[in-house]
This record gives sequence, structure tokens and C-alpha cells, in this order.
Amino acid sequence: MLVAVMTTVEQHSKHDKVILEAEFRNLMKRVAQNRDRAAFEKLFTHFAPRLKSFMMRKNANAELAEDLVQEAMIAVWNKAGLYEPGKGSVTTWIFTIARNLRIDRIRREAPMPLVELGDYDEASDDPPGDEVLARKQEDSLVSKALGGIPEEQRQILLLSFVEDMAQSEIATRLNIPLGTVKSRMRLAYGHLRRILEIQP
Amino acid sequence: MTPAHHLDHSTILAYAAGTLDESIGLVVASHLAWCPQCRAAVRAAEALGGELMEQLPDAAVSDGCRARTMAMLDGATLHRFPAPPVADAAVPGPLARLLPVANLDELPWKKKAPGVAIYDVKLSPTAKGQVKLLRIGPGRAVPEHGHGGEEVTLILSGAYRDHMGRFGRGDVADLDEDIEHKPVAEAGGDCICLVAIERPTRFKSFAARLMQPLVGI
Ligand SMILES: [Zn+2]
Repeated sequence: MLVAVMTTVEQHSKHDKVILEAEFRNLMKRVAQNRDRAAFEKLFTHFAPRLKSFMMRKNANAELAEDLVQEAMIAVWNKAGLYEPGKGSVTTWIFTIARNLRIDRIRREAPMPLVELGDYDEASDDPPGDEVLARKQEDSLVSKALGGIPEEQRQILLLSFVEDMAQSEIATRLNIPLGTVKSRMRLAYGHLRRILEIQP
Repeated sequence: MTPAHHLDHSTILAYAAGTLDESIGLVVASHLAWCPQCRAAVRAAEALGGELMEQLPDAAVSDGCRARTMAMLDGATLHRFPAPPVADAAVPGPLARLLPVANLDELPWKKKAPGVAIYDVKLSPTAKGQVKLLRIGPGRAVPEHGHGGEEVTLILSGAYRDHMGRFGRGDVADLDEDIEHKPVAEAGGDCICLVAIERPTRFKSFAARLMQPLVGI
């Protein structure tokens, strides 16, 4: 049973990103509406190894990383009903859970304040179906955008998003001025914005 | 509310990555509570974070971790949608959580100069920066407040003007540390701003940078 589950997900990883995301959305729906454990385990199989890799970065040993993976995946189970397909991909949503957990658990002494973005959004005029359609387009575009970002900008993004380093820490690590770190981040975001065709 | 002045894109990315200091993070989160445009920008930046995580090499997860997670599902409860906060509340949610009173008028303001009062927002002891509320009387100039560090300002009420234009309620001034400005509060009412100041974390000269690990700054 477990082997079958894993094979399905592995096969999908060879397919188009859009198909994979559609599968995740479907699994999330089953988790939220039916409390479907098999659907959850498929999500675990795909995301847990990436989450562990993500959690291993900042000063975390394998044991702590697995504790955080467990905590993140339990949050996915608990909050599945809060996931809104029109607001972003499942991958992005799970990234924000992992990021928040890392802020909370690893940097507990000086946490970064966060807002639950969805709490503040006005109801959209677009029918939810349109939002989801637009979002499906976006999933592959973000991947395309990241692929087109020059290496020196990509490096800054990795140090920031994955290694959890502040801009000033990145400047020290790379021995470049803080202003250069910021300008590379601006360029990377500008590239993403052009590809996603979003407003400034 | 649709603010006219927004967060720098490098700040948007740092927020999405979760790497801002508590001080700047508080002002950023407060602006986000009021600004649909910057919320959309954060979502795009978070999508980038999701893609970066997706592309990480897999780290093998132990059978024990999988088993423990699956075993915990039965005891877990499904969260329901929370009631959305009031988007146009007088004090943005992230700030309100750190204030002893709901109404800004009732804060124990400290007078610093004629027409200028300050309230220090209490952060965690390990926060690198500080956050202050500034209340500036009509027509008064905003006093100098720390140079050479990162600084982000959010206007909570009233308005001020400087060479970059008019900054009113909801607007954010997210300026590079070398930009100098002399804001003056508009006539007609107090201007209340939320200001985060993060001390510089590295020196500019090469010699000083070499000393940095020794002096622990
Ligand atoms: Zn904004």
C-alpha cells in the first residue's frame, strides 16, 4: 500500500508542475473534507523530505529537523480547511507553515511578527473557479521565473529563504555591501514580477 | 484603504523569507494589515520561497517520524476559519497586540520636545532594533531619530510631507540608510508614526569589518 502511494507521487514528479500541483490540491481537499489519511500520507511522502531539508539548515540537527517536520505536517492536517486554492499553491502554503514554525521554534527569543494575509483580504469579485485557473498558470510561471534568475541573485534568495539569513548576515557572509544584497533582491523580485505580470 | 507609499521589494522578500528583525518586522506586518498591494507582493515572494523549498534535495525522513506523525492524526483537531480582523482598525493588529491600551490617546506618551511625544513599544529582549511611536504636532518637524541604521516608518494617523511627497495614514517610508529626509507634519492635526530602527550590524570600512567578530557587533 505504502509502496503504491510512493510510486504514484514519484511518477507525478516527472510530469508537468501544473499536474503535480493539481494533484496536491485534490489531496488537500480530501484531507480537509474527508479527513482522508491516505491522501495525507501522500502529501507526507512528497513534502516531508523537502521540509526536513529546509529545517536542517539553520543550526538544526536531524532530530530537531524531524520534530519540526512532524509539527509542520500535523499543522497541514489541522489547518487543511484554511487552505484556499485561489490564494496560492499547496507548495507555497506548506512553505509558509514551515517558515512560521522555524521563526517560532528556532528563533523563539526574537520572533518576527507575521500577519495571516488571508485574514485581511477583501472578498474577491472573481468567481473562485477563475482564481484557481489563474493560480494554476502561476505555479508554472514561478518555477520559470526562478529558472531565469541569474546565479548571483539566486544565491541571495537561497541564503535568505533557505538558510534563514538576514540581509546584513548575507552581506557579511559574501563580503559585499548591504546595498548590493538589497539591489540583488530587488532585481530578483522585479524579474518575478515581470513574469507573473503583477502590479508593482 | 489604499496606501500610496509601499514597502521596498527587498523588504517584501525578507519578510516572506522570515528573516526580518522583530523591530522592522512589526512595522512591515502592520503595513501589510492595511495594504492589499503589498500583501499581493508578499504572496508572490512566498511562492518563490515555496519553489526554492520544492527544489531542495530530499533529506530522508525516518520511518519513526512518519509513524509518529500518522499516530498523532487521531488526536488532532481541524481548525476552522477564524473571524477576519477589522482591516481598517485604528491600530493595525500586529501593533495592537503589543500595546497596553486599545486607544493611542491613552498611551503613557513621553514629551520629548515642544509638540513631540514618544512611546517605546516593548519588544522581546533579544530584538536587535527598537520600535517607537512618534506623535508630532501640526506643522512640527519630525525630530532626528538615529542615523546609519535601517529605518522603516508607517503613518498611523495624520500626515507629513518631505521631499519625497506626502505620507498619510497607511503609507510606509522604507528608506535606504543613506537617504536623508526632513519630514514636517501637516497642519490640521497630530501625525502619529510607527518607526522601527535597526542599528547597523556592520561597519563600512574594511579594517572595522575585520574587527567585527572581535567586538561582537
Ligand atoms: Zn503597501
